[in-house]
Amino acid sequence: MNPNIFDKLKTLAEAAKFDVSCASSGTTRNNPGNNLGSAAGWGICHSFTEDGRCVSLLKIMLTNHCIYDCAYCMNRRSNDVPRSTFAVSELVELTIEFYRRNYIEGLFLSSGIVRNADYTMERMVRVAKDLRLIHRYNGYIHLKSIPGAGRELVAEAGLYADRLSCNIEMPSEESLRIIAPDKDYQSVYRPMHYIQQGFLQGAEDKKKYRHAPRFAPAGQSTQMIIGASPDDDNRILHLANDLYQRPAMKRVYYSGYIHVNTYDTRLPALTTPPLVRENRLYQADWLMRFYQFKVDEIVDESHPNLDLEIDPKLSWALRHPETFPVNVNTADYETILRIPGIGVKSAKLIVSSRRFGRLTSDNLKKMGVVMKRAAYFITCNELPTFTVQEAGPEYIRKALTAPKKKKTDDRQLIIQFDNPLIPNS
Amino acid sequence: MLYFKYDRTFDGLLTCIFDAFNRKEFPDNIVGEDMQLPLFTESFKVVTDEVRADRVLKALRKKISPSATDMLFVSYLSEIEGIEMTLFRYIQKALTAEFSIEMNFADPDVLELSKIYKKVTREEERMRQFVRFQKTTDGIFFAVMDPAHNVLPLSARFFRTRYADQQWIIYDIRRKYGFFYDLKTVETVHFDHLDVSLETGKLTAEKLDDYELAFQGLWKDYLKAITINERKNLKLQRQHLPKRFWKYLTEKQA
Ligand code: SF4
Repeated sequence: MNPNIFDKLKTLAEAAKFDVSCASSGTTRNNPGNNLGSAAGWGICHSFTEDGRCVSLLKIMLTNHCIYDCAYCMNRRSNDVPRSTFAVSELVELTIEFYRRNYIEGLFLSSGIVRNADYTMERMVRVAKDLRLIHRYNGYIHLKSIPGAGRELVAEAGLYADRLSCNIEMPSEESLRIIAPDKDYQSVYRPMHYIQQGFLQGAEDKKKYRHAPRFAPAGQSTQMIIGASPDDDNRILHLANDLYQRPAMKRVYYSGYIHVNTYDTRLPALTTPPLVRENRLYQADWLMRFYQFKVDEIVDESHPNLDLEIDPKLSWALRHPETFPVNVNTADYETILRIPGIGVKSAKLIVSSRRFGRLTSDNLKKMGVVMKRAAYFITCNELPTFTVQEAGPEYIRKALTAPKKKKTDDRQLIIQFDNPLIPNS
Repeated sequence: MLYFKYDRTFDGLLTCIFDAFNRKEFPDNIVGEDMQLPLFTESFKVVTDEVRADRVLKALRKKISPSATDMLFVSYLSEIEGIEMTLFRYIQKALTAEFSIEMNFADPDVLELSKIYKKVTREEERMRQFVRFQKTTDGIFFAVMDPAHNVLPLSARFFRTRYADQQWIIYDIRRKYGFFYDLKTVETVHFDHLDVSLETGKLTAEKLDDYELAFQGLWKDYLKAITINERKNLKLQRQHLPKRFWKYLTEKQA
């Protein structure tokens, strides 16, 4: 073993740490024959770092040398940081050995750009190819496509990777031009489009021939940096919503900007990353994906930013008191989903249990409903009716944001970063 | 008070049900045959019988879905005190009800079992998350675990599929048994002497492959390197990574 490997690992893991995506879900790979590895459809978190983030994949860069100079990036050309490069074989060995010890679900590989986009992309594809073809490895592979990479290389990457991603980084083209002058939306959207074509073509071929190779079966994801540019939540969530209309797009990640290059005056001097805003964006994202909310119901021109004090579902409910109270014994599933304090799981339990008899507030509590919130928005016959109708939205906002004596009890919609335990496709 | 005694196997528990219906006598409690009974109790010793157990399962399958039937076995592995009577009542109700009771979460036993089931599957998931194999000199990947419920039988299939091309052993240090996969089949194993440290679950250095300690070191370095210090949140870390798992986690060892 090359003793350098310790230094390389440290440098290139550090260099990759700001990419949020960690999910390893969305594929099922059985293990045909007796080879190494499987992917379980559900991501598995193997560890958690001290920042509370899930560690599912070996998230690493092939190299942190880069010819570009993006303002927000630690690895930008003009920074004086330690630089390193893995040989393809070193990274392949590291992945396999970590995997065999049950440390990881697989590999998430990105890279700085050396020479040009295609040269870099080609080396990344080599890693994935060697893992699959030489080592017969069936674990998870996520490749972060290089902006500006050509169609053939993206197509080849899709044959070996479970997921491909192209990060948009900035929520508007204008911001991208200022902050990452070497990139433009074309260089991001084009590979994104190749991936989509490959994905759809792959699905089509699969129908015709059972043994057709699969193309990035876990689809693609992207990431936006939050708070580095003046773009509002209305802009961010509408862009996310547009991206989700694309058939292969599985996840949009939001990454609170961390002020690493303090000398660069194009960027706001944040002392702490905007974590609350980031969390609210994830909650809004969930409302769109799992709670059947339309993006315009969450933000619009007159409410361009999410309320930092309360979560977007409660915020919606307080803006629409006329919808409540809802009778949990009769209302349809979609309506129940919109009640603050009721999550997807408890909504399902409610709908399937009430066929056997009327539900009481005690039943609801046992099903995981957070009554402290829900009580203002429901009736179930025996409750004293002090709902949003009697109390008024302002009263409820105060009651629910009053400093808590004990720990948080709002378990319905707390999402840190990414919860790979929940299927995301 | 009528107590049924049984041999603490799932088939034994199913036999209890068969016998109860057969004798039209229903127990107030079901306990392991090694238990001391309180004074003034009547007891009946159930003799485990596979045929009877099978008949109960067959009857159940007509009343509830296959996944609900699986759930009963999984909940049984919880080893939670009183699980026998909860299962007994559930099965009794399932067999006598006209429609499947499995979705009626307003019934306390249905709700209770669904919660126990979740606990057990959650613990099994934690095996998938937190097992840490060490490579030995003879090329076997070895791990010890100390799960709160008896979940190893549920994990074995997952590890068999994932690590099909390496030999492995996962050992339950509390229940003193494990599974060994020899590239062909998975067998139960017991060790009288185990050369592992009870504090760390690690084998002694001379039993380890030459590069094993290097990979353990690389793993620890990796986790340190990807931590974002600006976002430090130890409370969140502990919430996901409960303290009781730390002792065998390589990355939590000095
Ligand atoms: S392309 Fe930009 S974001 Fe990517 S490594 Fe280079 S400088 Fe950083």
